[in-house]
Amino acid sequence: MSIQLESGAPGGPIQDSWDTYRFDTALVNPNNKRRFELLVVGTGLAGAAAAASLAQLGYQVKAFTFHDSPRRAHSIAAQGGINAAKNYKNDGDSVYRLFYDTVKGGDFRARERNVYRLAQVSVNIIDQCVAQGVPFAREYGGLLDNRSFGGAQVSRTFYARGQTGQQLLLGAYSALMEQVAKGTVTLFPKAEMLDVVTKDGRACGIITRNLQTGSIESHSGHAVLLCTGGYSNVFYLSTNAMNCNVTAAWRAHRKGAAFANPCFTQIHPTCIPASDEFQSKLTLMSESLRNDGRIWVPRDPDDKRPARQVPEPERDYFLERRYPAFGNLVPRDIASRAAKREVDSGHGVGQLGNGVYLDFSEAIGRLGEAVVRERYGNLFEMYERITDESPYQTPMRIYPAPHYAMGGLWVDYSLMTTVPGLYALGEANFSDHGANRLGASALMQGLADGYFVIPYTVGSYLSTLLGQAAVPTTDPVFAEARASVTSEVDRWLSTKGTHSVDHYHRELGKIMWENCGMARNRVGLEKAITELPQLREDFRNNVRVLGQNESVNQSLEKVARVDDFFELGELMCRDALHREESCGGHFREEHQTDEGEAKRDDEHFAYVGAWEWSGHGEPQVLHQEPLEFDYVKLTQRSYK
Amino acid sequence: MNVTVRVWRQEDAGSAGRFETHQLDDISADMSFLEMLDVLNERLIEAGREPVAFDSDCREGICGTCGLMINGQAHGPAEATATCQLHMRKFSEGDTITIEPWRAAAFPIMRDLIVDRSPLDAVIEAGGFISADTGGAPDANLIPVPKTVSDAAMDAAACIGCGACVAACPNSAGQLFTSAKLAHLNLVPQGQAQRWERTIDMVETMEAFFGSCTNYGECEKACPKGISIDFIAYMNRDFVKAKMKNRKLIGQKFP
Ligand SMILES: Cc1cc2nc3c(=O)[nH]c(=O)nc-3n(C[C@H](O)[C@H](O)[C@H](O)COP(=O)(O)OP(=O)(O)OC[C@H]3O[C@@H](n4cnc5c(N)ncnc54)[C@H](O)[C@@H]3O)c2cc1C
Repeated sequence: MSIQLESGAPGGPIQDSWDTYRFDTALVNPNNKRRFELLVVGTGLAGAAAAASLAQLGYQVKAFTFHDSPRRAHSIAAQGGINAAKNYKNDGDSVYRLFYDTVKGGDFRARERNVYRLAQVSVNIIDQCVAQGVPFAREYGGLLDNRSFGGAQVSRTFYARGQTGQQLLLGAYSALMEQVAKGTVTLFPKAEMLDVVTKDGRACGIITRNLQTGSIESHSGHAVLLCTGGYSNVFYLSTNAMNCNVTAAWRAHRKGAAFANPCFTQIHPTCIPASDEFQSKLTLMSESLRNDGRIWVPRDPDDKRPARQVPEPERDYFLERRYPAFGNLVPRDIASRAAKREVDSGHGVGQLGNGVYLDFSEAIGRLGEAVVRERYGNLFEMYERITDESPYQTPMRIYPAPHYAMGGLWVDYSLMTTVPGLYALGEANFSDHGANRLGASALMQGLADGYFVIPYTVGSYLSTLLGQAAVPTTDPVFAEARASVTSEVDRWLSTKGTHSVDHYHRELGKIMWENCGMARNRVGLEKAITELPQLREDFRNNVRVLGQNESVNQSLEKVARVDDFFELGELMCRDALHREESCGGHFREEHQTDEGEAKRDDEHFAYVGAWEWSGHGEPQVLHQEPLEFDYVKLTQRSYK
Repeated sequence: MNVTVRVWRQEDAGSAGRFETHQLDDISADMSFLEMLDVLNERLIEAGREPVAFDSDCREGICGTCGLMINGQAHGPAEATATCQLHMRKFSEGDTITIEPWRAAAFPIMRDLIVDRSPLDAVIEAGGFISADTGGAPDANLIPVPKTVSDAAMDAAACIGCGACVAACPNSAGQLFTSAKLAHLNLVPQGQAQRWERTIDMVETMEAFFGSCTNYGECEKACPKGISIDFIAYMNRDFVKAKMKNRKLIGQKFP
């Protein structure tokens, strides 16, 4: 099979692309919509929004999640906010500026026309969410409030205290549940997708395992939408929820979907540093804190005094010093690397020397404690609960941690992967953030994909299937896929090794963090590429999964996910090795400016790198989608 | 530190359960409670014994997936804290800690510490939404919402749906959860059109699954998000009003 990477975005003025697409697309009439069955895997922002919107249009929808309820999806944990080009603040924002900021913030590795559409529909998202009752923060006059986020000089971020993702997801979930009540969506909680089924090269269904009973089931549909989130847990320690994984996307990859830019992962600058080896995850402190918090380290690496006793002149506010224009609000990749530099040079603070300070004393002096409490109270409480220190009294200690995956399944302008009928939405796709995502843009993208893009684009594929029934689950393609899932389950249960799944996941994470984390180089990547298959071999022969398939078995759930992470990790390293440039979150030490900033190579690498599966143990084949920049000027990003 | 844990083990919904006791040495006080259970599980697996099944996901106190009865308290001894954010420093050297699943007729035990909380979703399905199909919404700033109203709605909307309120209630009542979800929507202007219908539907569905509220107040105490019991009073008021209003509305339909 040869893969064609055609974006399919209409030409002409970028402002008209989306209108042109919508006008040119064949519509499916309401009577025919009822005859199409759509499988939506994942009920986070992208999945819940898509499932609800498609059901409202009249399609028959089945929605799957491995969680016990759709509202537990990882989207719930997003804190800071969601961007939209509303320009409610009259500070010069516009669709064009949001578009420009996003392409630039992504270090010029995203597709312009997708990003432009994202900026266009951003305004509808806020309207939609408010209509559902999402309690965004408001000003005293009753209008919506905004804050600013990294990588932008305007205030365009809408928020609901420190729980924006929660409130947006509850909104999408309630819309979904309304459709469940109407019978237009059938919900399958505790159902984990373990394979995509294809027939004649098209997606025609999925195989799921019921996490309660172990039963392995087939579901067929005219199209399959993967809205299954990101893969940062390949690093073991990350800010993602414990159960986030790449399995759905990876199984799709193995069935022919190209995987794009896997090495583009984001390390978030403001997380609580690890405290011991049993740490199970890292906790994010919202980027919004950088609005009012100032980041510093003591000038003298040997200065071990408590923060409050270090006099002003002996503090180094390194972001404000190095980036006077954006200061503490530089984009994430830049803030993360700057913190790493301080810690690597011995300036780190805290008992393990593994953090930098994020200090609110100036803000408390300027605004008063009450205002600071109103803005960040719940985040401060969370910090105190974890560390036993109060940010009102002493600065927070923070350090970067893996957070978001810009890479993901390659999709065209309609969000379809390289497998016809198989779509990817939300964090699971690679589309809009290039090599670095700006804060508050993931929620925007997930909801844009689900509410406003897929309801239009899926029609263009379905209209080619008019009058055709979905492939029945009695078709041999389903039996074959079910058999392979069953034999995999049996394989893990009969391995009877010695180490737990977590043991291997931790080891995998260490290799990835050391060699494919915040900074990468050839030697490290090559080392990882030899070590990973060895560790995987050991894992496959010596992992211990106790218990049985027919009841709740959490080791069994995890083992398949970790197995997929191994293969993904190797691909990430290969991708990082081939991309001989630094851009966004991908920092190759060999490619930096004299000042230590990322050095892109537009001449050779202004493309999306999409990898095609070629079988277990065989290196994937690279395909390129060249990126054209007709609107945004390619420059070296400067936030000075 | 060293602690002893008595943990509930149960094969599945149909089997009888029992406590199992384990001695855990060398636990760090900075560990979270669930990390302590992770360590217990590692040691069990090493010894060839099946790990204890328990639910958790975000481990930041927001997804509402985790939830354990710890020494008889839902989410344990720390106030307004979900199990995943409880740290071992809240316990003392040599403590014996009893760990059980949520216990309520509406939440059958699926295995060990995992229960089925789907009745909470059933309450939402009954009416916990504002019907606003995608695409038809007016500009977000068209309807100003007084800050106090929006803040009150947010106080209610902060509920994470963990079910601790039900587990803590001697009657296994679902009032705090239902009232928080209902108040969020009934307070804001966008929620008015369906207010009375929603109230009846949600309350009646709640009653089909959960016990009655007799004002113990244990729910508020157990809530990891500090949801106020005042919302229950608000819901009761709306329920009475809804009974009246709905009758009037029917009257208007057939003048
Ligand atoms: C701590 C934190 C804070 C964040 N804050 C912000 C912020 O302030 N602003 C912002 O814009 N972004 C933020 N992000 C990023 C943002 O939250 C995510 O990128 C986004 O929510 C992802 O949404 P999603 O719908 O793509 O996936 P998710 O919400 O991760 O949902 C994935 C869904 O897929 C299901 N699933 C996965 N695999 C399978 C399978 N095999 N079978 C069945 N179901 C499956 C899951 O059950 C779940 O329902 C934050 C992220 C983190 C970690």
